[in-house]
Amino acid sequence: MEFFTLHDFMTYSKGITYLVMGAILVFMPLYWLYLTDRDD
Amino acid sequence: MGPEKAIAEKQYFTPFNVVAGIIIFVGLIITILRFTKGIGAVTNLDNNNPWGLWIGFDLLCGVSLAAGGYMTSSACYIFGLKKYHSAVRPAILTAFLGYALVVFALNYDVGRPWKLPYPIFYSQGTSSLLFEVGLCVFLYLTVLFVETTPAAFEWLGFKRIRHWVVRLTLVLTIFGVVLSTLHQSSLGALFLIAPSKLHPLWYSGYLHVYFFISSMFAGLSMVIFEGTLAHKWLHHKMDDTHLAEANGVVLGFGKAASFIMMGYVGIKIIGIAVDNNWHYLTTGWGLWFLVELIGFVLFPAILYSVGSREKNTKLIRIAAIWTVLGIVLNRLNVSLIAFNWHLPSADRYFPSFMEFFITIFIITIGVVAYRFVVTRMPILYEHPEYKKDH
Amino acid sequence: MAISRRKFLGSLGATIGATTTGALTKAYGATNKHFKGYPEGFGVLHDTTKCIGCRKCEQACNEVNKLDKPERPFDDLKVMDQKRRTGEASYTVVNKFKGSGDVFAKKQCNHCQEPACASACFVKALKKDETGAVVYDESLCVGCRYCMVACPFNIPAYTYNDPLTPKVTKCTMCLPRILEGKLPGCVDICPREALIFGKRKDLVKLAWKKINKNPDHYIEHVYGEYEMGGTSWLYLSGIPFEQIDMREDLGVTPAPQFTSGALGTVPIIVGLWPVLLTGVYAISKRKEKIASQELEQAVKSTQALAENEMNDQLSKLKDKMTKEKETAIQNEVKKALQEAAKKAEEDAKAAQEAETGDDEAVEDTNAVDGTNAADDAVKEEE
Ligand code: SF4
Ligand code: SF4
Repeated sequence: MEFFTLHDFMTYSKGITYLVMGAILVFMPLYWLYLTDRDD
Repeated sequence: MGPEKAIAEKQYFTPFNVVAGIIIFVGLIITILRFTKGIGAVTNLDNNNPWGLWIGFDLLCGVSLAAGGYMTSSACYIFGLKKYHSAVRPAILTAFLGYALVVFALNYDVGRPWKLPYPIFYSQGTSSLLFEVGLCVFLYLTVLFVETTPAAFEWLGFKRIRHWVVRLTLVLTIFGVVLSTLHQSSLGALFLIAPSKLHPLWYSGYLHVYFFISSMFAGLSMVIFEGTLAHKWLHHKMDDTHLAEANGVVLGFGKAASFIMMGYVGIKIIGIAVDNNWHYLTTGWGLWFLVELIGFVLFPAILYSVGSREKNTKLIRIAAIWTVLGIVLNRLNVSLIAFNWHLPSADRYFPSFMEFFITIFIITIGVVAYRFVVTRMPILYEHPEYKKDH
Repeated sequence: MAISRRKFLGSLGATIGATTTGALTKAYGATNKHFKGYPEGFGVLHDTTKCIGCRKCEQACNEVNKLDKPERPFDDLKVMDQKRRTGEASYTVVNKFKGSGDVFAKKQCNHCQEPACASACFVKALKKDETGAVVYDESLCVGCRYCMVACPFNIPAYTYNDPLTPKVTKCTMCLPRILEGKLPGCVDICPREALIFGKRKDLVKLAWKKINKNPDHYIEHVYGEYEMGGTSWLYLSGIPFEQIDMREDLGVTPAPQFTSGALGTVPIIVGLWPVLLTGVYAISKRKEKIASQELEQAVKSTQALAENEMNDQLSKLKDKMTKEKETAIQNEVKKALQEAAKKAEEDAKAAQEAETGDDEAVEDTNAVDGTNAADDAVKEEE
């Protein structure tokens, strides 16, 4: 994708970043549960 | 019949209720004006000053003073400082009410409030810091709501669902801290886009860090301050645990606030140094900046330190009020006073009477709601059935 | 000032620490790339030295955009005695300044190459179009007025007195007319070539050509070439731009750059805070566990200690008792033996007194009897 303005570039890249952030927020607690569920 | 009726009347017409009632009544009239005649009819906002008291105070101060929620819950649940447990519920409740009122106040300020969900659900302007603020405030309000529900469920006797919500405590607390870090700092970062309008002493590349760090001691001070008020008016609602832990909360929070404030003074000076803004300190604006930094951060930090060294809770409570005033001053400086500093005084903004009144109206709603909840739900005391589990 | 600030925008380090400095370059990824704006974008060159302050452009703008008629007519030039800004019924204004004689300058949205207003808008209601125009979509606008806070030129206005459908108003560069192949209203009407419409890249060249051809006439600066990352409207002036109310302290940093540092910290906080906080939680939880284990152990060991002591005491007591018993038995035995001996003596005496022959036998039996008695005593005790 070609961007002509920094603003367009940021709108696009930050949009993807927000989706990544959402995924991280969901994934991390689950991973923690998986990591620790055999602890006593 | 006679005496009972007298009692009922007495309960309705307490001085508190009368004053609150009048404020709410007038507030509603101004509300009608706002939505029938427009923002221009009730505010002094203009094209040079698009943000006024409702953003500077209701949004910026409201959010930073509601920081007690994430500070207290993270101290208790993440850092394991169990001795603050009795302070968590009141802090979460005030935070929830605070954020709810911030969103409520926004409905007055934005032009078309029914479109407030747009940035989140319809057209995401991801390059904007306001988008970040909006998203976080929305999510955090949800988190706070869920965190408040156990008290309501205990009151209503919904044991099963309460149990499930309580199991989420840790995740909610961590979410809360993440979201708070983000929007507290982003509120400061809102002004990064306008370096040409904000006075250099307040404009800094660190603005978002300043807002976040100051929200920490704002939250701590607010918890102490609210505690003071609650002890005065709602003493009878507190259980022994709460009363026994209260002094510990005051001392511990005061000490923490004092230390964070010293750190804040340090990074403020760093901010002047990296932008080489020393020469502004000798101007009138510099004096005002020093009043804020020395008079309303350094001074209460020292008050706090003396109070916590000498175990003088009264001094700490005074320091807390002072700090809260300092936060208000800082937020107003950034958003209103030092903003548009280069405009001639004729073009500067001063809030209208009705703007002030709506702000008071919203605070009053908050106090009434707090009283309503606290006198019914297990906030300042533990519900006897759930004492064991925390 | 602005440049030094830009350097320090990334204060990430202060929030999270040195670990994230690597991420910083990424958050700044945008700076490595230079965005030059839409190559075919249009613009207008405003030569203020040619402007005569006739206010015809204001009138044309008003008509093209079907705005409210002002109280005072457009040919009333006294209006310019007061400095004005753009408003909801005036997307453009011409102001009068004192230079060598009267100097006029037209003001409207500059259609920035990197619009601060668009960067600030949280619903994408403002956009930089490929024609160069910065356009506004009323149907998205929430009315937060952050765009007005952001605009360094104080251009957007708001219809504050409209209760239900208030909106942001500003110059559209006459985008609808441009798309029809017409000139913007103001350019079209200008009688003095003070406004020249064209491709921005051509206008920059034209502006410099004018300056170079007539260096005494112009200040050597094309306002808008670099200001805030550049604007589609460009200005030439015969007196310093500060004097015609155009700020020269805006710097050249494109607006989105100001916020990119803070925006860059956001994902890093989301990525790292849960890790750090869960870590802190795990540590405090573990401390708690160890503390409670230690407590348990301490209790246990004190218990064991107490038990040992008790056992000790018990066995000592037992020993003592057995010893006492033994001495008691021995005493008994002694006593019995003594008694037996005494008796035997007495018997022997008696026997001697009576009969000397039986002596030995009697003594023997008695002795045996005495031992037996002692034996019995021991058995009973046990
Ligand atoms: S001049 Fe102001 S309103 Fe116009 S594009 Fe630039 S930032 Fe936006
Ligand atoms: S007022 Fe409208 S156009 Fe301006 S930033 Fe807010 S939503 Fe965007």
